[in-house]
Amino acid sequence: MENDERFAIESDLLLEAIYRMYGYDFREYAEASIRRRLTVWLAGSGFASLSEAQGKLLRDRALFDQFVRGITVNVSEMFRDPLFFRALREQVAPRLKTYSFVKIWHAGCATGQEVYSMAILLQEEGLGGRYRIYATDINEDVLDQAREGIYPLQDMRRFTENYQKSGGRRDFADYYTARYDHAMLMPALKNDIVFAAHNLAVDADFGEMNMVFCRNVLIYFKASLKERVLRLFDRALLPGGFLCLGTKETLENRQIAGSYDELERGTRIYVKRYL
Amino acid sequence: MFRAVVMGVSTGGMQALKRVLAPLPAVFPLPILIVQHMSPISGNGLATLLDQLCLVRVKEADEEEVINAGHVYIAPANYHLLVESDGSLSLSAEKAVNFARPSVDVLFESAALAFGPSVIGVILTGAGTDGGRGLQFIKAHGGTAIIQDPADAEAASMPGYALSLVVADHVVTLTDLPELLQKLAALGPS
Repeated sequence: MENDERFAIESDLLLEAIYRMYGYDFREYAEASIRRRLTVWLAGSGFASLSEAQGKLLRDRALFDQFVRGITVNVSEMFRDPLFFRALREQVAPRLKTYSFVKIWHAGCATGQEVYSMAILLQEEGLGGRYRIYATDINEDVLDQAREGIYPLQDMRRFTENYQKSGGRRDFADYYTARYDHAMLMPALKNDIVFAAHNLAVDADFGEMNMVFCRNVLIYFKASLKERVLRLFDRALLPGGFLCLGTKETLENRQIAGSYDELERGTRIYVKRYL
Repeated sequence: MFRAVVMGVSTGGMQALKRVLAPLPAVFPLPILIVQHMSPISGNGLATLLDQLCLVRVKEADEEEVINAGHVYIAPANYHLLVESDGSLSLSAEKAVNFARPSVDVLFESAALAFGPSVIGVILTGAGTDGGRGLQFIKAHGGTAIIQDPADAEAASMPGYALSLVVADHVVTLTDLPELLQKLAALGPS
């Protein structure tokens, strides 16, 4: 249909313009979902078309930041996929404990729920004071929210359930204070977390990590960008380090697959080989 | 030629899918993409079970997978399923749509954009309203709309809502649906 054709042209031009203006590369995002999110953003933006929005987006940084937030997926949960976190707790934490200090890169951390989940897990497993988590995201807005560690109170029920299923050792309510309709996570959880902006599509890697944690981020990328990002992770990881992907993300058929073994089939926790 | 069948189902889905998929021959000429609402922590049990009962190959959808005739792809729990115009699958963890992830609307909208008139959308039994707008979108792009007769459905509200939005090409019972799909698949879009 003509409308769809026009939308496709306008979105290609807009993503190209944004790349050249801001260096954010959405051209290599999987088409169906980026188109969907552009449609949803446009509907709420007050602009009649992407072409109309384009001029403003190239001039107004605040509008652009809001746009990035709108078209990227920032939905997260604490202890999302409890069985994955259970595998981390039971199979990975004991190995991490053999190191004197552990560095973790959490790439694409969105609003931080899984970063704090990791901090809770590490503290409960006796790694308190011996780790640092570098939590990065493309989007400054969501990083601010991640730094705050304040979430809607109504989410706590599901988070608590996830926590318990993941093998949590305490009462989950110990980790937050309820205020009106919000829950504030215990500030001490933030001590060993560094939040920073980082763009997986264009920026360089962090070095000497024991773990790279990047779940439900690669699913939005085309194959070429997935390969680039996985190479970035591979360079960042020490031998024996862990690469954690989402439930539906695998290293199968990827260039770096030969250097990794899955800890246990289906966990999506990959261990980098000592060559 | 049609390029795919997309199907949305909720309450009563297990029984309905058995009755629709089991009679299809292994060489059914189209890929079938299905969103069945399920709990976020479900495994791939539905796909495994249906695969044992059917001649077509039933599996949980993987990202970047290219869809093939004679194959049924079920959206994984807790992810939206989308199809790209090159016939490959994408997953998304963005927020629930119509309280559902996976959502029927999300799959149907992507299929309409990817395949235009060459897609058959099917709404089966289910509570809620998911899928109605997606089916409307498929129709608007020239695709074919099939809705289970609400009187035949274990839960009438999903097919009922779809009927309120869309002039269906076919309103059928589960018993008649497999034969209709085979006839349409052989004929191609009108």
